[in-house]
Amino acid sequence: MQKTYYDPADLRKFGKITEWSEELGNTFFEYYGKVFEEGALTAREKSLIALAVAHTEQCPYCIDAYTKDGLQRGVTKEEMMEAIHVGAAIKSGATLVHGVQMMNKVNKLDG
Amino acid sequence: MATKSLQKRDSDLAKSNRQLEILSNGIFKNGELPTFRDKIAETNQFPLKAKKLEILQINVGYMCNQVCDHCHVDAGPDRKEIMTRDTMRQCLEVIKNTGAHTLDLTGGAPEMNPDFRWFVEEAAKAGIKDFIVRSNLTIIRANKKYYDLPEFFKKHNVHVVSSMPHWTRGKTDKQRGDGVFDKSIKALQELNAVGYGMPDSSLRLDLVYNPSGAFLPGDQMAMEKDFKKALMEDFGINFHNLFAITNLPIARFLDYLIASENYEDYMYSLVEAYNPTAVENVMCTNTLSVSWDGYLFDCDFNQMLELPVNGKSQHISEYNEDLLEGRNIVISQHCYGCTAGAGSSCQGTVA
Repeated sequence: MQKTYYDPADLRKFGKITEWSEELGNTFFEYYGKVFEEGALTAREKSLIALAVAHTEQCPYCIDAYTKDGLQRGVTKEEMMEAIHVGAAIKSGATLVHGVQMMNKVNKLDG
Repeated sequence: MATKSLQKRDSDLAKSNRQLEILSNGIFKNGELPTFRDKIAETNQFPLKAKKLEILQINVGYMCNQVCDHCHVDAGPDRKEIMTRDTMRQCLEVIKNTGAHTLDLTGGAPEMNPDFRWFVEEAAKAGIKDFIVRSNLTIIRANKKYYDLPEFFKKHNVHVVSSMPHWTRGKTDKQRGDGVFDKSIKALQELNAVGYGMPDSSLRLDLVYNPSGAFLPGDQMAMEKDFKKALMEDFGINFHNLFAITNLPIARFLDYLIASENYEDYMYSLVEAYNPTAVENVMCTNTLSVSWDGYLFDCDFNQMLELPVNGKSQHISEYNEDLLEGRNIVISQHCYGCTAGAGSSCQGTVA
């Protein structure tokens, strides 16, 4: 048994999840593939969104995958970092906007 | 950024047999990944056989004014292998008589061969449909004696194919050396000025994109769109097509993969992206590569690995199209580089 929760080599085994639940696994991968096809958004734009979400989800596999995917699409490191800041801004904004709830409560209890 | 070739540095990887050893051992020996031979056998594509010759690619020497990180030729200013006029004469005999529609001159920087212009002038007389010179662009700005190259290319209706790893300075210079981006831009503008690459112009100017690191090229058409937009907006540059080429794990790119601990992951990426449709059209089946000293190879990569063609016609002086057609192509694990994704060849994707 491995001693760490994450192993970079596990990303290559992602497809094996279908082995223990074939229909659900295949349905997921088919859906996943469709999502990233060129549509109203370009595949490049979707790759940058995926990179930002990979960071907010803090998924190391996704970060590896979409950093590489971005490089393959010619995305620059400046574009990647800006995309991550978008994710970070939403994360911090989501924390801070709850401050209004705290203020409401204080005002009600001790106003 | 390296300033000397692997050969000059006395690197172990300058030896082709060492590279072949690495490509056959490790993950390919312990069964983690299938060998290229086993992989193509799965779809009944072994042995790969040469079809009719369409492209004759001649490497006129390994000398180059640049020392790019990824170079599969291990080219550089310190390489002295240069094709002589005698060997060029032997090539001309073949060029005149072959039914190939494309003649493709490469190097190193082919323009650095002292007989380059003579060879181009003579070869152009053969009236081959598509006459390519693979120019690294910076050579046009490297020395006064090369400044007139755009006019020279135009005079002989040469199809110019040039490397450009990215539309940004940082990524280009990282791979090809400081100052390469600015010189390349200037050279492209000069080629445009004489008509190369302009919309509707018959003077063909294509760019080659190959990734600046341990990853595969993205979709060729999408990359072309991004390159065209950026080069036009930033510098007013026109070009015709972009060829996306995969870096093959040999010579300096292999050295880089090993040193950066990316070798195994890169080989996994190539094998995972294996596409049997690309095997159908892989360039070695319609191309022949001639080395600076006149030997024949299935491709420029096999030339660098010193894997000559099978059969009795192994030198340009004994060129025999009948013997060469139908020959079994020599393969190893580097061949996965040409069959990944949409495939890769000196003319871009193949599937």
